[in-house]
Amino acid sequence: MIRRLFAAVLLAGLVAVPAAADDARDRAKKYVEFGIAVAQKGLWREAIYRWEQATRVDPSYAAAYNNLAIGYEHEGEFEKAREAYEKALELDPQNQMVRQNYELFREINDRATRSRSR
Amino acid sequence: MRLVAAAASLVLALVAGACTSFYEVPIETPIQPKMDVSGFQRVLIAGFLAGGSEDVDANLETVRLLRSQLRSKSSLRVIDADVLPLLEIALDQQAVQDGAAGTNGNGSPAGDGAETASNGQGGGASADASTVRIRDEKDLEPLETIFANVAYWKKIGEEFQNPLIVTGSVLFIPHARSGFVQREQEYFDQLGRRRVVPVRTYMERKGFILRPKFVFIDGRTGATLYSETFREEILYSPQQATPALSSYFELMDRLVPSFLSTLSTQKIRGSRILLK
Repeated sequence: MIRRLFAAVLLAGLVAVPAAADDARDRAKKYVEFGIAVAQKGLWREAIYRWEQATRVDPSYAAAYNNLAIGYEHEGEFEKAREAYEKALELDPQNQMVRQNYELFREINDRATRSRSR
Repeated sequence: MRLVAAAASLVLALVAGACTSFYEVPIETPIQPKMDVSGFQRVLIAGFLAGGSEDVDANLETVRLLRSQLRSKSSLRVIDADVLPLLEIALDQQAVQDGAAGTNGNGSPAGDGAETASNGQGGGASADASTVRIRDEKDLEPLETIFANVAYWKKIGEEFQNPLIVTGSVLFIPHARSGFVQREQEYFDQLGRRRVVPVRTYMERKGFILRPKFVFIDGRTGATLYSETFREEILYSPQQATPALSSYFELMDRLVPSFLSTLSTQKIRGSRILLK
C-alpha cells in the first residue's frame, strides 16, 4: 500500500515539474509577445516592462533576454543591454540572430565609450 | 553519409527557423554628448582663426554652417551675432603681448609680398589682418594663444549673457598629390561579356585639406571646457574642376556629425531582431 502511494506521488511529481516549466514558458511567452506588439508601436518602456516580467517568470528564456537587451539599447541603457545580451547568449549560444544583435550593439557601444573617453 | 548529415542539418535548421518567430524592428540608439552642456541655454558660435585658400572665407562659412546645424539639431538657442574677425583680434593681442614683452619682430615679408602670421610685425604694432596670410599650422600656432585668454572670453561671455562659446581655427589648404591610383576599367571579352579589371595608373590629383579645431569655452568664466581637432582631405582627378567652396562643404559635411555629438545627443538608426 505504502509502495503504491509512494509510486503515485513520484509519478505526480515527475509530471508536475515539466508541466510547471511549460506553464512558466507559456506565461513568459505571453509577456514576450505583448512586448513585441507594443515595441512595434514604439512603446519601448512598456515593452521593456513586459520583457522584464518574462525573464522573471522564466529565467531560462533566451528570446526574452534578447528582446530586453534591444529595449535597453533603444533607451540608451548600454550596461543593462550588454548584460541582457550576454545572458541571452549564455542561454542560447548557437542563436545567430542574438549574436548578430549583440555584434551590432557592441559597435555602437564602443563608439559611445570612445566619444565619452575622448 | 556526408550528404545525409548535411541534409539532416538543413532540415534541423529549417525546423528550428520555423519554430522561432522573429521580427525585425527599427531602433534608434541614443549616444550621449561628449560634453555636459546642461548649464547652458544658449550658444555663441563666435568666429574662427581661418587660413589657407583665399577662395573661401573659412571663418564666415564655418560660423554660418555651424549655426544653421545647431539651430536644427540642438536644444541650445543659437545667438545671432556678428562674426568676430578673430584673426584681426588675435593679431592685435599678439602685438600687445609683444609690445609688453619689449620684443621687436623683424617684419620680414614672405616671398610673395604677403606676411605670414609667425613673422608678422611685432614691437607693439598691430599687423594688418588683410595682408597676413595663414598658410599652415605653424602660422596658426602663435595666434592660438587667444583661446587661452580667459579675460577676453569672459568679456565676450558677459556681452552675450554667459553662453557656451564655440570658437577655434579652420585651415582649408589646397593640396596636390601624385602617385599610383587603383581604378576599375571595363572591357568586353571575346564573347562580348562585360568585364571589369582593376588597373593602376599614375595620376596627379589636386584637392584640399580641411583641419578645423573646435574650442568650447565657458562664457561665464572664459575657461576652455573642451577642444577637438579634425582632419579631412579630398583629392580630385585632373579632369574634375570642383570649386573650392564645394570642396569645403563636402569636407565639413563629414565632420559636422562629430561636432554635433559634442553638444547634443545623437541617435544612431539601425535595426535589430526581436524573438518570440
